Amino acid sequence: MDYTNEMLLEIDSQSRNESFARMVVAGFVAQLDPTIEEIADIKTAVSEAVTNAIIHGYNNGPGKVKLSCRICNHEVFIEVTDTGKGIEDIEKAMEPLYTSRPELERSGMGFSFMEAFMDDLKVESKLGEGTTVKMKKLIH
Amino acid sequence: MDKQERKRKNTTVMQLREGVKADFEIVNRCLVVKLLEDLDHHNAVSIREQSDKLITGKNIKDIIFDFTGSEFMDSSGIGVIMGRYKKVIFTGGKVAVTGVNHSVDRIFRLSGLYKIIHKFETIDDAVKKFNNN
Repeated sequence: MDYTNEMLLEIDSQSRNESFARMVVAGFVAQLDPTIEEIADIKTAVSEAVTNAIIHGYNNGPGKVKLSCRICNHEVFIEVTDTGKGIEDIEKAMEPLYTSRPELERSGMGFSFMEAFMDDLKVESKLGEGTTVKMKKLIH
Repeated sequence: MDKQERKRKNTTVMQLREGVKADFEIVNRCLVVKLLEDLDHHNAVSIREQSDKLITGKNIKDIIFDFTGSEFMDSSGIGVIMGRYKKVIFTGGKVAVTGVNHSVDRIFRLSGLYKIIHKFETIDDAVKKFNNN
């Protein structure tokens, strides 16, 4: 029998919720008994995705960020969704060091960290409709 | 270390308010930023503002970011450190990080930031090194 467990979280697009979001996911994933390193990986990836939604998706304005986290056996599936402005060129956005907001001192490393710390990363986005970041990680 | 004790210890430049993100100390012309919370986007904003006020106002040459009190950093933190690096590099200044845990260290390694900033075990190590140069 497959073991599954799911969690949904909807938060206001406020920077103070970034730490809350990554703590919630870390707490939920704890049931798989991950290593400290695996937890750190997931926290960083969630932090990057939620920060992107707040800064880029909603341009630091109001909105809701949805976070879904599903555990299936030893795998964690995380989705971060915003209904903000969407990404014009996903490929460009994912290039290391590229940022659309250099004036905010963004390092352009967000997607690179998500890719590096998770096993799989997919980005779906439509201009004017929003963005969903889907990530997967196997907990050993 | 509780808040009262911190307050007493910091005789130089301290900005203790509700929800303080970092303690700031100046040793010679070196700014020591002792992080007390995660260095994420939310905390980056005020840490950047407070650091920059001191860097320009107090003629700062070198900067040390101490992570002893901070367990987490993401790409927003890279932005903060890069930004401060750009401010001091033109006057021959250096930037160092101290007290980094394993996960923060991985972020620095992955981002390639160690090519331009230094890493030391303790603040004292970094201060000594900077003062000798």
